[in-house]
Amino acid sequence: MSGSANVVAMKKVVQQLRLEAGINRVKVSQAAADLQQFCLQNAQQDPLLTGMSSSNNPFRPQKVCSFL
Amino acid sequence: MACQGLQKGETLESLKRESETLKKKLEEERNKLNDVELHQVAEKVEVLSALSIKTRRVLKGHGNKVLCMDWCKDKRRMVSSSQDGKVIVWDAFTLNKEHGVPLPCTWVLACAYAPLSGLDNKCSVIPLSLDKNENLAAKKKSVAMHTNYVSGCSFTNSDMQLLTSSGDGTCALWDVESGQLLQSFHGHTADVLSLDLAPSETGNTFVSGGCDMKANVWDMRSGQNIQSFESHESDINCVKYYPSGDAFASASDDATCRFYDLRADREVAVYQKDSIIFGASTCDFSLSGRLLFAGYNDYTINVWDVLKGTRATILFGHENRVSRVRVSPDGTALGSASWDSTLRVSWSFSTGSNYIFRFIKLLFWVNSRLVLEFTVAF
Repeated sequence: MSGSANVVAMKKVVQQLRLEAGINRVKVSQAAADLQQFCLQNAQQDPLLTGMSSSNNPFRPQKVCSFL
Repeated sequence: MACQGLQKGETLESLKRESETLKKKLEEERNKLNDVELHQVAEKVEVLSALSIKTRRVLKGHGNKVLCMDWCKDKRRMVSSSQDGKVIVWDAFTLNKEHGVPLPCTWVLACAYAPLSGLDNKCSVIPLSLDKNENLAAKKKSVAMHTNYVSGCSFTNSDMQLLTSSGDGTCALWDVESGQLLQSFHGHTADVLSLDLAPSETGNTFVSGGCDMKANVWDMRSGQNIQSFESHESDINCVKYYPSGDAFASASDDATCRFYDLRADREVAVYQKDSIIFGASTCDFSLSGRLLFAGYNDYTINVWDVLKGTRATILFGHENRVSRVRVSPDGTALGSASWDSTLRVSWSFSTGSNYIFRFIKLLFWVNSRLVLEFTVAF
């Protein structure tokens, strides 16, 4: 009984591998270029990358400014 | 997964041989398309200007290790869970604790804004209300049941379904209202430690990582394992999709973080340094995907330049292992949780504003000196 269970499990592994071997792939140069393009396109909208100026930082401590 | 009937002549040995052949073929196919490295493509990209990331909030209140945290969609609230058995909802601007929910289980491993899961094999959903007198723990509803601990959970985009990962080696999709199991995902051969849903534009898939050192990508509707990546040398503690949905990163006990592209079906970058010898437990991308924040067991957070493969900066401050890092939904702040029982919120300063601020400070100082001398002379 355990013999046939092993075969069934092995069959599943083979089916999974067949599925994975058959998928369509893209060249790394193409994929990398797309990843890079996404980064650069969105770079200006990334506050952790560009840094925030004190004025629009919602977490800034509320300092009172008075002129002498 | 339905299994086709055995064909004539198929034995355990013949299947084993076929699986070996297929594995080799898979590797060959992947290598054929490996014409260049990601960091080579990124050579022409400008080097990042020096990052100035500082912690501006330290949230104290948990009595023990903080195991997990998440941001609310309103960008200012955070939820955190701790080994002290409590879940706290914080207002990150004012440091106020808005809700504190004690739970019967002490290892509350995962919380997402609303669902909570832990070592009692259950995942509960607690509705949060503005009425502080309501006994929230009583309104807790058990949604997911696994045969081992629940390591991670995430609401799906519609909020009506919950995806969980478990120490029993499976992931599962549940209906929140009825608690019914909708789909289960089998394929990992050891505890699943983390999962992440693909960004909404890219469809119904999610990625999971676990103690079998594999990261698997799944189709949520069919339960099918679509892609599998096995290059880490130890447990994968955290997986996170790249903002475009075409790639994901993983953080592992082997002290590396790795970057996998889904369309090229392979690992495209490894983020490591000889000086980093402790495991990485968590990772998250900045909004543009250029930065990868990773929390390590040596109490630091390393910030990696995703494209160039180099370390942009390192953040110190926590006094014990960093258990979770999460970028806020609008990308302005980085939240981090640690075994030192605190949470920290940090953000990045533009160097321009630093100089202006210092200049204004100098002006006031000069002005105050002049006023002082003037009055003394009088």
